Amino acid sequence: MAESATQLESLAPPTELRRMAPVPADRSLGWLTDKLTAFNEGRTPLWWWVLFLPAAFCAAVVLPGALVYKISTGVGVWGNNMPVMWGWDIINFVWWVGVAHAGTLISAMLFLTRQHWRTAIGRAAEAMTVFSVMMAGLYPAIHVGREWFDWYMIPIPTSNGLWPQFRSPLMWDVFAVNTYLIVSTLFWYMGLIPDLALMRDRAKTRVRKFLYGLFALGWTGSARQWHNYEKAYLVLSGLATLLVFTVSSIVGMDFATAQLAGWHETIFPFYFVAGAVFCGFGMVLVLLIPLRKWCHLEDIITLAHIDKICKLTLMMGCVMGYIYAVEFFIAWYSGNPYDAWVFGHRMFGHQYWYGGWMMIVVNASLPQLFWIKKVRQNLKLIFVIAVLINIGMWFERFTIIVGSLYQDFLPANWGVYYPTWVDVASYVGTLGAFFMLYLLFVRFLPMVPVSEVKAITPCADPHHALGGAKGWRA
Amino acid sequence: MIFPRWTNWLPLWILIGLVLVGGAVTAGVTYYFTPKYTRVGYEPIQPVPFSHRVHAGELGMDCRYCHSQVDKAWVANIPSASTCMNCHNQVLKDDPRLALVRESATNNTPMPWVQVHITPDYVYFNHAVHVRRGISCVECHGRIDQMDEVYHAKSFSMSFCLNCHRDPAAFIRPVNKVTDLGWQWSTNAVQNAKLQKIEGQKLVDHMRVQSLQNCSACHR
Repeated sequence: MAESATQLESLAPPTELRRMAPVPADRSLGWLTDKLTAFNEGRTPLWWWVLFLPAAFCAAVVLPGALVYKISTGVGVWGNNMPVMWGWDIINFVWWVGVAHAGTLISAMLFLTRQHWRTAIGRAAEAMTVFSVMMAGLYPAIHVGREWFDWYMIPIPTSNGLWPQFRSPLMWDVFAVNTYLIVSTLFWYMGLIPDLALMRDRAKTRVRKFLYGLFALGWTGSARQWHNYEKAYLVLSGLATLLVFTVSSIVGMDFATAQLAGWHETIFPFYFVAGAVFCGFGMVLVLLIPLRKWCHLEDIITLAHIDKICKLTLMMGCVMGYIYAVEFFIAWYSGNPYDAWVFGHRMFGHQYWYGGWMMIVVNASLPQLFWIKKVRQNLKLIFVIAVLINIGMWFERFTIIVGSLYQDFLPANWGVYYPTWVDVASYVGTLGAFFMLYLLFVRFLPMVPVSEVKAITPCADPHHALGGAKGWRA
Repeated sequence: MIFPRWTNWLPLWILIGLVLVGGAVTAGVTYYFTPKYTRVGYEPIQPVPFSHRVHAGELGMDCRYCHSQVDKAWVANIPSASTCMNCHNQVLKDDPRLALVRESATNNTPMPWVQVHITPDYVYFNHAVHVRRGISCVECHGRIDQMDEVYHAKSFSMSFCLNCHRDPAAFIRPVNKVTDLGWQWSTNAVQNAKLQKIEGQKLVDHMRVQSLQNCSACHR
């Protein structure tokens, strides 16, 4: 008996190759529950108000103000004009869709590939997805110019006998974004149900009992409920994983179907998916690095988690570098003078040259610092890099959209694009709305999936010293 | 108990309620908010009770005797009173019902007819193009030759126009039968449908009738 145990021991991989414990804190289940719900049940800290009030102001005043002014006056209040007929509206749309993607990748794709470390950060990343898809969906709706005809995009039978034009990229966006919003919201909410029930059971006030109870949908945690829950979760994660690829592919094809140098490229679907995931990892880091400290979750979202996200960011950064290189190579190799013109001007034009350098320096080069372990452990530096990645990816979309449009085939058409204050206010407004929703999420819902984390701790094993019912209140 | 037992059934009731309310709204909008309800049956009182049934039906006058520009112009003109007087200076020449017509013809003032069929300003409908390519009056106006006073018989919704634009062969007829409102390929309904399909396609090919479905065909 002892002999075979030794044999097994020798077959185990060396320590450096062993998987990290998903939750390194070797604590009891009760301790985990208290720890993970502490922020939701405690007093609202000052930092929360300091962040929440400006965000809520942007969401409640700046965003509606910009939208009402734009809708009541017309698209002319934006900087969009020929030849740059897509401006900040589409840049921000692509940027927000992109931010969403990393959340789905972490929560769904890493779930399917059984990466248990995702558990600690899955819900936080998914909330980011849901809220940023909401922000993204806003832009196509207001970008059409006649918002009161938005309902024309829904395929319903009317006495007009009309059906949406399915060959139009606008329609692809409508279906892609709405599918994404529905699936990611369902996925996120489904995952929340056991924890909502937990919050309900721990709630002290009647209001909290009622609200958590309402949204917990009568969850009791019976074996049959868990069985159905796991099935549904698996199905939804499969659907969501597909959406990581399809949604940004469709956004990429919005561009690739146009006969414009700088857009008309077969690499675009892949390009946009990679860029989206890359940008999203940046946003995950921006959100999690401060929150894990302020919400006292350093034991749960550990440096090892940050390290893994950094590695994924590094990988996506390399992919971005590869794609940029391919784009420039094809611009030269195809012999197409318009392509060569556009890509030459990305780097050395007189107008928007800085966008091209942002792409190379920030998006492709800066993540290379993550090769160094010291950098991956320096939270302040990671935070700065992550913020820069988000800015760099915004400029990538700016370069693709404005940089390809402002000098098209006929020099007589050339023009320069400047955003107006309404463009800026719309963007600031959506940023505010996003952070407001995120702060509300962090305050009122468990940011870390309590039930999932408990399921993968060492004490979830009944044979563990603190396992099973033994350690329930230890 | 915050949630009493009956709340277990709440989701089901909400669902049933939504289906009922949604169904009622959909049915209501479908019925009341379309031209089938808002336009069909409109029959204003005209200044003179002119009977199309008598003139076009029983007397067998061609539509173009009065609406003389219908195959030449965008609009099917309303005849001036002098056209009426071509006959009515001899027929029923002292009838009190025609006093307004005589007055209009004498003083050269317009007859205050009330327009029944209207297309919106954003729709460009050319009568001549349709009439000269074998689309009969009856397709849009119904059996005018059986109406005493004209009423709105067809819906004039956009899908009504598109119905024909998407498949002209199903509605086209020989050009010389355009004003013969009761005309059919055959009195046998089955035979008629069969002939409409075959002969209609021949006419479409022969006259090079296009199935115009782009927006700017009608909205310019």
